[in-house]
Amino acid sequence: MNEHKNDASIHSLSNLDLDAPEKTYLDSNELIINMGPQHPATHGVLRVILKLDGEKVLGTECVIGYLHRGVEKIAENRTYTMFNPYVDRMDYVAAVSNGLGYCEAVEKLLNVEAPPRAKYIRVILTELNRIASHQLWLGTHALDIGAMTPLFYTFRDREEILKIFEKYCGARLTTHAFRIGGCQYETYAGFEKDIKNFLTFFAPKIDEYEALLTTNRIWLERTKNVGVISGADCIALGVTGPVLRASGVKWDVRKAQPYAAYSEFDFEIPTGENGDTYDRYMVRMIEMRQSMRIIEQAVNGLPEGPIMGKVPKVIKPPVGEIYHSIEAPKGELGYFIVSDGSTQPYRLRVRPPSFVNLQALDVMVRGLLVADVVAVIGTLDIVLGEVDR
Amino acid sequence: MPWSSPMVEKYRSQYGSGLDAQTYLGQNYLNVDRSLIPDILRLLRDEEQFDYCVDITAVHYPKREKQFDVVWILYSFPRNERVRVKTQIADGATIPSSVAIWPTANWLEREVYDMFGIKFEGHPGLKRILLPDGWKGFPLRKDHGILQQDNEWVRINLGIESGQ
Repeated sequence: MNEHKNDASIHSLSNLDLDAPEKTYLDSNELIINMGPQHPATHGVLRVILKLDGEKVLGTECVIGYLHRGVEKIAENRTYTMFNPYVDRMDYVAAVSNGLGYCEAVEKLLNVEAPPRAKYIRVILTELNRIASHQLWLGTHALDIGAMTPLFYTFRDREEILKIFEKYCGARLTTHAFRIGGCQYETYAGFEKDIKNFLTFFAPKIDEYEALLTTNRIWLERTKNVGVISGADCIALGVTGPVLRASGVKWDVRKAQPYAAYSEFDFEIPTGENGDTYDRYMVRMIEMRQSMRIIEQAVNGLPEGPIMGKVPKVIKPPVGEIYHSIEAPKGELGYFIVSDGSTQPYRLRVRPPSFVNLQALDVMVRGLLVADVVAVIGTLDIVLGEVDR
Repeated sequence: MPWSSPMVEKYRSQYGSGLDAQTYLGQNYLNVDRSLIPDILRLLRDEEQFDYCVDITAVHYPKREKQFDVVWILYSFPRNERVRVKTQIADGATIPSSVAIWPTANWLEREVYDMFGIKFEGHPGLKRILLPDGWKGFPLRKDHGILQQDNEWVRINLGIESGQ
């Protein structure tokens, strides 16, 4: 079933020739079907052109760009400070991660560092956001496959995280939580207590999700050996994040090149063995537990002190360029910024994990059934706002 | 600041003045001559284990004779090290595709083409990726205004006067 996954085939990626007939099982004609851009299982405006032999997928082509807003062009026409809220609109279910990556990249370029307390607050909020992002992934992914209950459970519990965000900075989704040089807001009274309450509240909830799915026979049938991708193929295709780890590559930017305060915390990087949809599910479930571990350590060791570093009033980084990347919930999120010494970035490039991971869809679904395409799109955990930018 | 390492010395003796190694804020990059692409990229993957192509992008400098910087951001899993490779090309010039070296370059190069109009030779299907196929103009060029758009495309395909 997986004989197509050799090195040669991934080099011919996305060269779907819609006109060339291929030999089909019953010697009938192959079928070309359009899925999306308005389709409940594409998680946004993604259009996939499927070439089918009956129900078997012969190849796919993604059509993207429906949400293209020209974020990189906007950046060139805004000051560094003004651009900060825009990054939240890329991966809007993990806005805090986007902000962290951007602020740290500009700080590196300016050669300033956020104070320890700000770094800890950043870690707490970013990991909360990772849990929220994985919850949204789990709910919608399970719904695509046919399990409706997880959606209600995860959205119910995600609400608690959004409430903490709202109390901290006034926004629930596009938070704009951090500033270049640190954080704007000091924690509110009862912040630590809220976080600790959330941790005790949430630990049994993950068990609840797992009780619904982990040994569920229908779930196993729909996810085991579906959308298999090897570690070598992941690296060749630039796939990062939980998808890469589920294929057995133990790599996480938080460990490999630590940023913020991650080098000070104990946590494990979960990996899978088979690189199938089920392993990706397990990796993300363990990641949520590991995020809770990090949050617990950070909230217990939250240092006192200032929350804003020594940042000039007008942000004018010296001429030069920087690439800084973080481990967003979806994979490696990078910012490549070129400064010409003015108040606006000369060029700002976002390396979006969803965009690069989506490229692997074709390799993962060839030979599978149409229903599995839906499962694989869900397991890739893409956000179209980030794919199209 | 110049950057020196055993790897750099090896390639410098091999390629001489076509290669210049720099480091800034602890990040290393190689400025290479256009003629060394794609050989240097292949060597970096095969000999130096830079097995993961993180990103391919470009920067436009309209006042320069060679208007574009093309940038490859590479990472090595075994070495846990990043390096950037940069080369300069003129407007209208082509550059060899690296899809055969890293398959991930496929969509990344399509995006560079879409946004800057830089053509990659030997790319298996170089067409626009984020903008519609028939769109005119390359929005990330510096001479392209932020409000500018392909009004004709908008009129024909959307049936409205302006997308603004």
